[in-house]
Amino acid sequence: MRPWFFLNWHIAPDASGVSDSLTIARYGAVLAAVACLTAPGWAAPYRPSDDSVVLERLPARPGDPVQRDLQRLRGLQRANPNDAAAALDLARSYFNLALDTGDARYVGYAEAALAAWRTSPPAAVPADILVMRAQLLQYRHAFEDALVLLNAALAQDPGHSRALSWRAAVGMVTARYDAVAKDCDQLRTLGEHLLAAGCRAYLDATLGRARPAYEKLSAELAATTDARPTLRLWTLTLLAEIARRFGDAASAERHYRAALAMDSSDQYVLAALAELLSQQGRWHEVATLLRPWDRSDVLLLSLARAERALGRPEANTRAQALRARFADSALRKETTNAQDEAWFRLEFEGDAKAALRLALANWAVQKEPRDAEIVLLAAVAARESASAKPVLDWMAQTGIEDPHLRDLASRLAQVKP
Amino acid sequence: MRLAAFFVVWALFASFAHAHKPSDSYLSLQFREDRIVGRWDIALRDLEHALGIDANGDGEITWGELRAQHQAIAEYALVRLTLRQGGRRCTTVVRDQLVDTHSDGAYAVLKFEADCGNATADAIELDYRLLFDLDPSHRGLLSWQAHGRTVTAVLGPDDPTRRLEIQAISRLQQFTDYGKEGVWHIWIGIDHILFLLSLLLPAVFVRGARGWTSVHRFAPAFWDVLKIVTAFTVAHSITLSLAALSIISLPTRITETAIAFSVLLAALNNIWPLVHERRWLVAFGFGLIHGFGFASVLTDLGLPQDALLLALVGFNLGVEAGQLCIVAAFLPLAYLIRETWVYRRVVFYAGSAVIACFALVWMLERGLDLQLL
Repeated sequence: MRPWFFLNWHIAPDASGVSDSLTIARYGAVLAAVACLTAPGWAAPYRPSDDSVVLERLPARPGDPVQRDLQRLRGLQRANPNDAAAALDLARSYFNLALDTGDARYVGYAEAALAAWRTSPPAAVPADILVMRAQLLQYRHAFEDALVLLNAALAQDPGHSRALSWRAAVGMVTARYDAVAKDCDQLRTLGEHLLAAGCRAYLDATLGRARPAYEKLSAELAATTDARPTLRLWTLTLLAEIARRFGDAASAERHYRAALAMDSSDQYVLAALAELLSQQGRWHEVATLLRPWDRSDVLLLSLARAERALGRPEANTRAQALRARFADSALRKETTNAQDEAWFRLEFEGDAKAALRLALANWAVQKEPRDAEIVLLAAVAARESASAKPVLDWMAQTGIEDPHLRDLASRLAQVKP
Repeated sequence: MRLAAFFVVWALFASFAHAHKPSDSYLSLQFREDRIVGRWDIALRDLEHALGIDANGDGEITWGELRAQHQAIAEYALVRLTLRQGGRRCTTVVRDQLVDTHSDGAYAVLKFEADCGNATADAIELDYRLLFDLDPSHRGLLSWQAHGRTVTAVLGPDDPTRRLEIQAISRLQQFTDYGKEGVWHIWIGIDHILFLLSLLLPAVFVRGARGWTSVHRFAPAFWDVLKIVTAFTVAHSITLSLAALSIISLPTRITETAIAFSVLLAALNNIWPLVHERRWLVAFGFGLIHGFGFASVLTDLGLPQDALLLALVGFNLGVEAGQLCIVAAFLPLAYLIRETWVYRRVVFYAGSAVIACFALVWMLERGLDLQLL
């Protein structure tokens, strides 16, 4: 069938000035009509028509016990801004809220609680405050700055187990594997057996020994009957991640679901399980899993992806929200969103070159399998195998087994530039 | 023991990006001859945290609640933004408060003006302190416009001051700057070039009973081209001016789609001619649409309010100069080879068909927000 404008064009009688102008007038009218229909929706500052118009819904609902608790802690901290204990209590509460909700503003509020120590030399700051500040820094992917503070905390107190485990965490993300191994061992000498086992297993799984690491950590978890629930949940999540490294998707799914049974709102586990299901094309399950979380920004991309795969119209709205969000973030000139944005550019906008650029910028900051995956995918799509060399080098150097990454690397090898 | 809660998130979480936006404000300052005009968008969530806007504590901020705090918001914001010229503090007054939406929610929009006296300093000193005490991760995203040039900056607690240049550039410089932008836009604006080429391709032909035949003399071809280019120019100058002066505004998606549509029709008209005597009318009609396309470029560049006309004329003349280069390259060549099989079959028909294909793809891409190429 011919599109309508072909028909219209052909109806015009043989060339005479009159019909020329008529034809033009007709198109003009059509264009004007289309323009008028779509003109509203243009963003511009406005004056709401009525006092009762609701402009914003705050994340805190009235009578929320978490908010009441925060208010109390804020009062205590304001009364004595130099009191380390009060400041830490407030900062931790805000940081936990940031992790539960995925809302970065709370990280800023936590930083403000520690403002009294912001410019002091690290040696003069209590170790607990240094560690807390390091946690906030790593949230923003300022890993090098976080390491400086963690080193300072451990210089004050070499047996600070929280500082050790965070230093190991930052070490994993930044691929300092020898240092991580030492920190894991040090944790064991402090009597944190399950924590040390998880630390070591996660390291080994990255270094090409995923299956033995999995078996060891499973045994350690089974032997630790009195593990704190949060530590147990963490270990289950690690087991799931490690199982994926040697291609055991079924075990990974089982562990993620066990972890969700302990805390159904854990954003990390939700995102990771959604990712696993997506890799298997189980879009319906992803959409069902994430539907209650359509306000969570951490999960927005995964949800949009599933809805798009299912051909649902909501996907477009979410894509627009993400596009606007990335545009705003770009103004801040930070790379925190680079991994998500790379996925978005690749999958939703088909812009492989932009995706590759973002994925490489992200890779310069953090180096975990997820970060490697997007570099490889974007490089395959952009047909630029040379750009992915840092990731291929990392894979060769670690000997990571991850079948998904191996598969991508071999696809990349077949790309003709 | 509080330890556990923190171990949970170990490294793992760091690896997932956080699409949630931290706090930003959007501060735009425009230098005028006698004052600075500002617009400052501050998130309602941030104002709530700083001042407590939600008076009835129901978790929702209404326009009424916001309006009740207008005075307090203006005071809170303005003492945290200092503008100085030659060491003297400018007096800043909020003129209006509106609302706008950014990707992370509703924002209060403060429209203000700063009077810096008539000092002849060559820069404004800016000092930004909004929210840093409550949220050190807050950033002020600044856009400074002076004499048609825009500078952007990210203001943070470690870096809260800026020297904003008021580089008084000469009118001539400004004129040629915009002229160059005009030439550049035609040069990179492949859709405008293809539209023009589609209309110019038949200029070396006349339409007879048995289809297209070549012209015998250069003059008719030349006048034909002149009429087309002039009509296109007049038309896009009209809409470019109307749009640049904000008298008419159309969504970019619509104008960009329509521009692709015009290229498609112009190319198809060569293959199945309907309009050939008065192609200048087509050039005029669709020139109106292309003008909107040029205007969006000009808007992105930022128009100097004090030299609107100068910039408009400069940009327009730049566009014309670019067009003339294309015509000057095209016409003699087309005239020379007009009788050849290559021109008649390959350049004319196949060329038009290729242009039509490109135009169709653009139209679908722009209209339906797809990525085909």
